[in-house]
This record gives sequence, structure tokens and C-alpha cells, in this order.
Amino acid sequence: MYVYDEHDRQMAAERVAQFRDQTERALAGELSEDEFLPLRLQNGLYVQRLAPMLRIAVPYGMLRSAQLRRLARITRDYDKGYAHFTTRQNVQLNWPEIEDVPDILAELAEVEMHANQTSGNCIRNTTTDQFSGVQADEITDPRPYCEIIRQWSTFHPEFAFLPRKFKVAVNASEQSDRAAIQVHDIGLQMLRNDQGELGFRVHVGGGLGRTPMVGPVIRDFLPELDLLTYLEAVLRVYNRYGRRDNKFKARIKILVKALTPEGFAAKVEEEWSHIKDSPTRLTREAIDQFKGYFTEPDYQQVPDVKDVLATQRFENREFDQWIGHNVDTHKNPGYAIVTLTMKKTGTPPGDVSDRQLEQIADLADQYSFGEVRVTHQQNVVLADVRKDQLFELWQAITPMDFATANLNTLTDVICCPGGDYCALANAKSIPVAESIQRQFDDMDYLYDIGNIDLNISGCMNACGHHHVGNIGVLGVDKKGQEFYQISLGGSSHHDAAIGKILGPSFAREDMPEVMQKIINVYVDNRTEEEPFLDTYRRIGIEPFKERVYA
Amino acid sequence: MPDVITSDGSIRPDDWVVVPRPADGESLDIPEQPALIPADLWLAGKEHFEDRDDIGVWLDSHEEPEILAGVVNELPVIAVNFPKFSDGRGYSIARLLRERLSYRNELRAVGDVLLDQLQFMKRCGFDTYVLRADKDINKAARCLNFFTQGYQAATDTDEPLFRRRAS
Repeated sequence: MYVYDEHDRQMAAERVAQFRDQTERALAGELSEDEFLPLRLQNGLYVQRLAPMLRIAVPYGMLRSAQLRRLARITRDYDKGYAHFTTRQNVQLNWPEIEDVPDILAELAEVEMHANQTSGNCIRNTTTDQFSGVQADEITDPRPYCEIIRQWSTFHPEFAFLPRKFKVAVNASEQSDRAAIQVHDIGLQMLRNDQGELGFRVHVGGGLGRTPMVGPVIRDFLPELDLLTYLEAVLRVYNRYGRRDNKFKARIKILVKALTPEGFAAKVEEEWSHIKDSPTRLTREAIDQFKGYFTEPDYQQVPDVKDVLATQRFENREFDQWIGHNVDTHKNPGYAIVTLTMKKTGTPPGDVSDRQLEQIADLADQYSFGEVRVTHQQNVVLADVRKDQLFELWQAITPMDFATANLNTLTDVICCPGGDYCALANAKSIPVAESIQRQFDDMDYLYDIGNIDLNISGCMNACGHHHVGNIGVLGVDKKGQEFYQISLGGSSHHDAAIGKILGPSFAREDMPEVMQKIINVYVDNRTEEEPFLDTYRRIGIEPFKERVYA
Repeated sequence: MPDVITSDGSIRPDDWVVVPRPADGESLDIPEQPALIPADLWLAGKEHFEDRDDIGVWLDSHEEPEILAGVVNELPVIAVNFPKFSDGRGYSIARLLRERLSYRNELRAVGDVLLDQLQFMKRCGFDTYVLRADKDINKAARCLNFFTQGYQAATDTDEPLFRRRAS
């Protein structure tokens, strides 16, 4: 993965010094709250319901074991001994003191980490597929391009005060989209053109929030060398013409809609025509240099363990289920991709203790070349596990609660921190996730109903991505009471779609039963092997409405 | 007259004044001293100012710098107004004036100009800054230089870090 050179180290150190200076001036009253706000947000610092919250960047989800250990230490020394994996591959601390934040940032900089631009109206952390570089069906490894975008967007002098936040995601798999690129401000799908050249299909104006939208394509093929100049053109058009009079209409999707995708694309092309050959244009050497940081680890010749594995699976049902659900195919036949699930019932989705962070670090060192990836589903991936070590790994992680074999099932819930922590939330989300996990605690039944994305957000801001859940849950406030609205049919994958609202909302205590009725409609109507989303698309929302509101 | 800050962090006295846009029906009142007038009004009556070399213009954040295409270098000073420090349009305006319209003379940031934005402004091509009156002008030099380098090419450099690394 990427390693800082002297330039990165210098800028990271200068950033810490800058924020220390800013914090001191804020505490001394030289900066008003209004003036300090964007400065602290661009360093990931929110002031929350119970305490400040610090969001630490994990660029495109990659972490080394030394970084995990440092995070563990920071949660112990400055927080309450746990952290939270977010739905954008980042990490949050829920209880730091404002005065301590410069010290925390200094500790992070020592292990090449930061909190730059994890909030605020600027370009945020670029996200990608957690299986990058290890899956078989990939056009190319997208991570070098993510790092190129990270560096270009970091402290960009022109785009630090955009109308609103701005998120970029990159996907390079042909069959799947684990990065949900079509619901980002810019979604980049890597592909090759007819001449075999590498490039991107560019989606702009996707997003969730109040006005959920699937991002239209504004360019079918952008050659790779033109990546940054084209992004700069998109951002400049947005910076100049995006609405600034109304926070709820300030995202780029509103501008794209107002101009039409064709009109917006024409403006971008015009701007781009002036800058496409500027010094910002990438060079072959630069791309190769970035690619040099993401070379294959030192894969070994692993003996064929097909028969051994088959026996182990036959003899141990839980191991069999874990292999079936939490282990994915690796491009190297001797290796496998293992997802550690952070979704044990009773623990807020994505929460990890300091001890668990250290356990994950140890597992990474022992089984996966010292690296892990955080997923936007709030799990952690060991991307390079030897197949002959799978059984041993499974035995090791079972007592750590990382082996719950529910990946991609209904109980692998995506869930924001909600009203338990977040000042923006209208309702709690964690107890809803837990009550549904309890309702569906029978693993055989869970497997029978198959892969279902259940996404829960505590408010309109949609950090839990409820619009694109096959089943989405949105917390709403009605006269001081918490209610939950359900939507069906969303998807964040290649077939991206915004879910349709089922009808009036429900009280929290009714949610497990309502969820059960929805699943029953699916089970009664499905054809053999038909996943939930396909059944929904075939029969529509009516049968669900009839049953739930009967 | 407020002092202005220059990009090297030094402070110099200055007597340029920003002439606000006159209300509808009112006429533009040009002072004796060096003055910055709304860019569109200067364009509309440019011949009236030909005998003065101390008239410049200012652009508001919603205005298009392209209206000055071809004539920018007739102006000794162009100012860009930041109505609120969080309105980032002025950064794009500055880069367009410098990089697209090839403006060579003084480019000045006015309005809600605070300390922590100075280095971004400098990188986008500004070279003088009128700090908001309540801010400590003696801290400007430090804030203009928090970072010794940047990742990107911008008005201040043609060499993004990826090109410097490769050379």
C-alpha cells in the first residue's frame, strides 16, 4: 500500500502544526465559532450530542497493522477504549476532548494517518472496492488512482470552500460494484475502450440525503492520463455554479439536474478544453510510480488443500457456513479473501474496542501480510489469507466475535451511529438494528432468505445509506416521537436504484414484526433461487403494502 | 486607510478604496484617490477613465471574470470580493483571471478575508490581501506560509508534486 515520502511527511507535520495553531486561536477567542467551524470540520472534528467526534481518514479503506495498533492506543489514551468503522471506510472516535485533538493528529501523523477533509464542504476521502487488487474480474487495481485523487484533492487551494461536501468513489470490477459509485458526487467506473486503453466512465451527481439520485453518465470514456484535469473541470464548474443560497440544494446533483446531464457535461467539456493539457495532466511515469506502491505481496506456493477443506467443512457445520458466507474467491488460487464481520448482535454495527483493534492487527500480521481493508458495510477484510490457514484463522477469530457468518445477509446491517451519538439524528438507529438482528437470529432461516442489504439511517442525511438498501429504514421525528419509515427495492450496485417508500412509518417496537412480514411476502412469492431484490422487482411494492398494513 | 498584506507577508500602507455598486438610479461616485469600481461599470464607461492610471475594478463572487477577457492588463489592480469567507467562488475567479485571461498586474482579495484562507488565496494567484479589520495582521505572514509546498499545480506553480517526484 502507499507509503509516505518526505513530501507527504512534511505536509502532514505542517498540517498538525496548523491545526494546533488554529485550535489555540479558537480556544483563545480569536476565531469565532462560525470561523473555526470549517477549519475543524476539515480536520474531521465535529461537536456532537455528548462530546466532540473525530473522524479519522482511512484512504480507500486501507490500514496497516501498525496503524491499527496506534488507533487502539489513541482510543485508550484519549477516548473510551473503542472506535467506530463508518459507512465511508473511515474511523470515528466518539469521546475526544477538543484540546487533545492536535495531539491525536500528531500521533496519527507518526503512522502516516490524518483526519484531513473527512468533513466540511470540500473533497472527502475517496472510496473504492474493498476487494481491489485481489479479485479476479478486475480491469486493473483502482487503488493507485485513488491515491492519485487523494493527493490531488488534499489541501486543493481552489476547492476548500465548495457549496457542499463532495465525494468521489472508484470501481474497477466488471461484475460488481462494492463502492456504490452511482450514488456519489463523482463515480468513476474503470474500463478499457475498443483500443484496449485504460480509462473511466464518469458518473456525476449521484447521492443520497434529501434528494436521492442515481448519478447519470456525463462521459463514456475518459483516458486515464486525463483523470485529474477532468476532475478539476467538474469541480470548477461546480464551485462556480453550484447553489450556495440553500444548504439542501447545494450538492452537485441539484446543479446537474438543473442544467440536465447533457448541459452539465457540455459545461465541463468547455472548461476541460482549456486545461486538458495543463501541467495537472498525469504522466505515464507518475501513474507507474503510484502503481509501484500497490504491487502484489510475496505470494507463496500454497499446497492444494481442496480435499482437506472439504473434509473440514463436512465435519464442522459452522466452519462450512463461514466459508460459504464470509470467504470470497481470490485471484490467486492458493489464497482467499476473508471478511471479519463486526456485526455481532448486541454490539453497535461497526464498533470495535481497543483490544479488538489490536487483535485485528495481530491477525493481519499473522495471516494477511500486515494489511486490512475497512468496508463501507462496516466490516474488515483480510485480503490475502492462505487457504491452508483458513481453518486455523476461523478457530482464532471465533472467540473474538469476528466470525459471525452473516456477511451480506439481513443481519449484516449497515447502520449509522444514530440518535445515541449523533447530534443530527432524528431517531436512534442502533436499537433498531439490534431488534431486527434478534428477530432473525436463526442462521438456517437467515441463509434461506439469502443476501439482503438492510440499511438503517437515523436521519435524512443518510449516513446509513437507507435509500440504496434492498430494505431501507429511515428514522423520523414526529412531534418528539421516534418513528421509522421503510423503503424497498434500493440497490447500490451496478443495478443502482433508489428504494420506494412503503407507506406510513412505524414505532420502534413494531419494527421486528414489520420486517418479518416483509420477509414473509418475499418467501411466499419467490421462485427458486430468486433473491429478495429480484422478487421485489417482479412483483412490485403492492403485495408488501397489503401484508404490512393489513 | 487599511494596510494591505502582500504575499511575502509584509504589510504596506495603501490608499486604494473599494467603491460600492451604486443603488439603482444612482450614479457612480468616483473619488479622487485610487479607486476600485464594479467591473461591469468600468467596462461600460471605460473611455471616461483613460486619463487616470489609478482606477481598477472589483468582481463580486457571483460575477464572471470572463467579462474582462482581452482588457485585463489595462487595469493596474483587480480585486475579488469574498462576501463571506466560506464562499469559495473567488478562488476559481482568481485562477481564471491569472491562468485563462493572463492577467499580470495586482490581484487583491477584499471582503471577508480572514487569516486561515490566505495561503489558499496566494496559491490561486492573489498577491495582496485586505484582512478583515478585527483580525491580527501580524499573524498573516505565518498563515501565508503554513505549508512549504502543495500537491497540486495552481497559479503559483506549474509543477504538481507528481511531476516534481518524477524529475
